[in-house]
Amino acid sequence: MGQIVVSNVGKAYKRYPSRWARLREWLDPTGQPRHQAHWVLRGVSFTVEPGEAVGIVGTNGAGKSTLLKIITGTTQPTEGTVTVVGRIAALLELGMGFHPDFTGRQNVFMAGQLLGLNANEITQLMPEIEAFAEIGDYIDQPVRTYSSGMQVRLAFSVATAKRPDILIVDEALSVGDVYFQHKCLLRIRSFKEKGTTLLFVSHSPDTVRMLCQRGILLEGGMVIKNADAASVMDYYRASQVRRCELATPDKSTSDLEEGEASLAGRQSKSVLTRKSVGGVSVELFSPSIPLHSGDLLTIQISAVFNETYADPHIGFGLRNKMGIVIYEANTYTLRHSTRSVQAGEQLKVSFTFPCRLLPGTYELMVGIANDGYDQGSFEQSLFFDQSYLIFEVLAGDHIGWGGLWDIEPEIAVS
Amino acid sequence: MIQAVMFRSLWEYRGFILANVRREFRQRYTNSLLGGLWAVLNPLTMIVIYTVIFAGIMRPRLAGQEDNLFAYSIFLCAGLLTWGAFADMVGRMQGVFIQYGNLIKKSNFPRSCLPLIVALAALIDFAIVMTLYLAFLLVTCNFPGWVVLAFPAVFLIQLAFGLGLGLLTATLNVFFRDVGQFVGVVLQFWFWLTPIIYSASILPETLRDWLWLNPVYPLMAAYQGIFLHHVWPDWSSLIGVAIGSLALLLLSGRLFLKLAGEIVDEL
Repeated sequence: MGQIVVSNVGKAYKRYPSRWARLREWLDPTGQPRHQAHWVLRGVSFTVEPGEAVGIVGTNGAGKSTLLKIITGTTQPTEGTVTVVGRIAALLELGMGFHPDFTGRQNVFMAGQLLGLNANEITQLMPEIEAFAEIGDYIDQPVRTYSSGMQVRLAFSVATAKRPDILIVDEALSVGDVYFQHKCLLRIRSFKEKGTTLLFVSHSPDTVRMLCQRGILLEGGMVIKNADAASVMDYYRASQVRRCELATPDKSTSDLEEGEASLAGRQSKSVLTRKSVGGVSVELFSPSIPLHSGDLLTIQISAVFNETYADPHIGFGLRNKMGIVIYEANTYTLRHSTRSVQAGEQLKVSFTFPCRLLPGTYELMVGIANDGYDQGSFEQSLFFDQSYLIFEVLAGDHIGWGGLWDIEPEIAVS
Repeated sequence: MIQAVMFRSLWEYRGFILANVRREFRQRYTNSLLGGLWAVLNPLTMIVIYTVIFAGIMRPRLAGQEDNLFAYSIFLCAGLLTWGAFADMVGRMQGVFIQYGNLIKKSNFPRSCLPLIVALAALIDFAIVMTLYLAFLLVTCNFPGWVVLAFPAVFLIQLAFGLGLGLLTATLNVFFRDVGQFVGVVLQFWFWLTPIIYSASILPETLRDWLWLNPVYPLMAAYQGIFLHHVWPDWSSLIGVAIGSLALLLLSGRLFLKLAGEIVDEL
């Protein structure tokens, strides 16, 4: 289950020189064509094996969306064939064709049925869908009152309510907010682990690289590269950079001024974000808001304990959008002793470090445990949240570097 | 063979079709306080108004029915309500692919669901109207008796004709948007060229000879016969329409199947 075989697929749209040309073509008994075939895809062949994750990249107009539409069966190929084995759930563009006058709930039923679910299944999945979309009372409001982000939330929730054999996602996620993007990527990853075949279209080579083993680069309706994701993305990025260099010779002056203004604002220490869950609360401090790469970041975690513990430890972790753990440690592994706590007592630990993360959004993991031993194991795990909160890091003074963490090398020139 | 595949996939999508029919029906009444009650109130007012005006105030006389107070109302409604169903069905079907364009572009499902959805929705409206009409006939002691059994048969011919014409215009309208505008104009003329609010007998002889060209005329005449005169329809006059309607339906079906793949590219 979950195989896609695309063989020699081509798609041409008919272009008529005038409105009347089509009528003339239809009525002409000799059957002489009066249109020009405009090919948007030609000779596209590839196979996606069950369980494989394939990312498709390409500039606007390269034929990515048309290819996905052909694979989902929304449009017919002009030549060639597509064979799909398994149930497809596809998120093409925005909103899955929701009907604006009907409520989110009614639209969920419609969309669910088109995804091959029956009414009973949808009724059963409804609480799950509502919970995942997190749009609250809006579920019973007409979809026309939704923001585009809310539509995507609902669309993604329906499309992924039941694990499909093949999941096809077309840029849709870029509309949702950062928090929801994280949530979606988490779900996509978990589907992948369970064996769902993934076909992912994105403008972001990084997302493709982290999510997919294989990459396909489309250009002018043809497959230019079909190889492991990393090399295809590097090739794509290099070709994009060349385009950028040609298009924008200079950085505009207004950008520079804006940069200076924000530098001036970075003085006092202020609270970036805070959140409490149960007895655990977390505050992030930084000298300025927003947080820039290279700024000093303080993560203060305080926990109120409901029992007496002899050796409590608090830890945190940082994870990027792709779920890659960049750092994870706790007071025990850092060989920092804490103190014993009584029931009802609060323990507060702060971690301060220069946050030299690549600009982007990150998830903060928070964990609390008791009685450490060995290489960082604990007798008791008291609290763990792998996505406690999400924060954003903006570009700092260092420009144009790549990777996960700015290692700030010292440079010697001789 | 291909028809068998089509019908099977339509059956698989019955949940989607029914949900959309319900939605089409409710659509007219969303955001209204009385909701579906309007579906009953609208035709009810129509029947009441025609009855009050023509039975109570204007009192036109129909030949041979001088003693029946409600004769003209019955005659009028027999044609008007069925013509209404025909015009409603064709009118809704011609724009269906454009109306659902957003959905067609984003999901994969048998496109033949769509004309079926609006046709069924139009049928529901008609069923309500017809129930009221039959109730009115019962209340005024004008119920045609056994003859009423001929009605479904005649209506079936009308249904085939309406579906065929609707599917044809719906398909063509995607490629030539003029078709949708044209249908509206044609239906207006067609209505007045058919003896619905007037009786065929008032037409001059020369015009009456041309009525056989109008495929709706034998249907309307049959309805008027059933409900006003309580007579069985003249089946021989209906055979031509029946065969023609079936041929049209098959032709439209073939055209639709041929162009179904291209529809999404034109929206």
